[in-house]
Amino acid sequence: MVAAIIPFGVTAGVAGLDAGLSAELTMGLSVVVFAGASQLAALQLIDAEAASILVWVTALLINLRMLMYSAHLAPHFQYLPLRWRAPMAYLLTDQAYALTVPRLMADDPPPANHWFYLGVALPLWVVWQLATAFGFWAGTALPPSWELGFIVPLIFLALLMPAVRTRPSAVAAAVGGSGSVLGQALPAGLGLTLGALAGIAAGVLAEQWWRHD
Amino acid sequence: MIDPLWWLVLAIGAGTFFWRGSFLVFGGRLRMPEWVRRALNYVPPAVFAALVLPGLIRIGEDGGIDGARLAAGVVAALVAWRTRGTLMTLAAGMSVLWVLRGLGRL
Repeated sequence: MVAAIIPFGVTAGVAGLDAGLSAELTMGLSVVVFAGASQLAALQLIDAEAASILVWVTALLINLRMLMYSAHLAPHFQYLPLRWRAPMAYLLTDQAYALTVPRLMADDPPPANHWFYLGVALPLWVVWQLATAFGFWAGTALPPSWELGFIVPLIFLALLMPAVRTRPSAVAAAVGGSGSVLGQALPAGLGLTLGALAGIAAGVLAEQWWRHD
Repeated sequence: MIDPLWWLVLAIGAGTFFWRGSFLVFGGRLRMPEWVRRALNYVPPAVFAALVLPGLIRIGEDGGIDGARLAAGVVAALVAWRTRGTLMTLAAGMSVLWVLRGLGRL
């Protein structure tokens, strides 16, 4: 699980370089935001000179799933003081969530789950920062003819496939994707945001449709 | 002078921390309405598809679709679907792209 984030983090570093960011800004994004998919999307939009508000909306739309994770974890960690819960929130990622949930859901949950969570989340953070730094450094050495920027849509593809599990989620993906393609003529980022919103709405409607069927 | 992009980075960071901390930090007693919970299920497929497709179906400078990228994307999609592995997906997509680019240069 930790190894799987390495190519992702390296790409975040390369993408920072590609988008014309300084090393400080690229690392700043990794440290401050610490959420790969949103970092890559933001860098792509910054590179396309999208309006800042659209970059912000898109990044937060991508990270909206953290709200769901936060809601699932909160009841299990409510007994902890704020000085624990705040850093735990900052370190929340897909991987930390996915690895911790099975322990919390066990019939007889083992004790000290916050230490387990930290034991997963903290190494992920360290590896992420190192991978970003390496990507930025290595990006300067690689020739543009390799088209390494193409890794970004490929990474999103690897994230997309497991997310399409049901018929309504396939509808959400189809509408979101085609809306975004059709919106390419709009100012950078707008087609992406509108397409994604249309996809979410289509998914909800499709779910209702099939439920009444 | 400070690069104005720092403000954007901080704003994305603040918003993301708000999502992460929503229940964990700010409200253990908050309850999520049912329709929000349902809509959240469709955020990942819709958003990720919206990010992927324009990268694969990219209109080139001549107005046509870049066939090598599209082909590489289709192969990578099949690999992602079968293996669920990030590394395998990246390797498949990039190799197809490089092979097709190499052939195009002959």
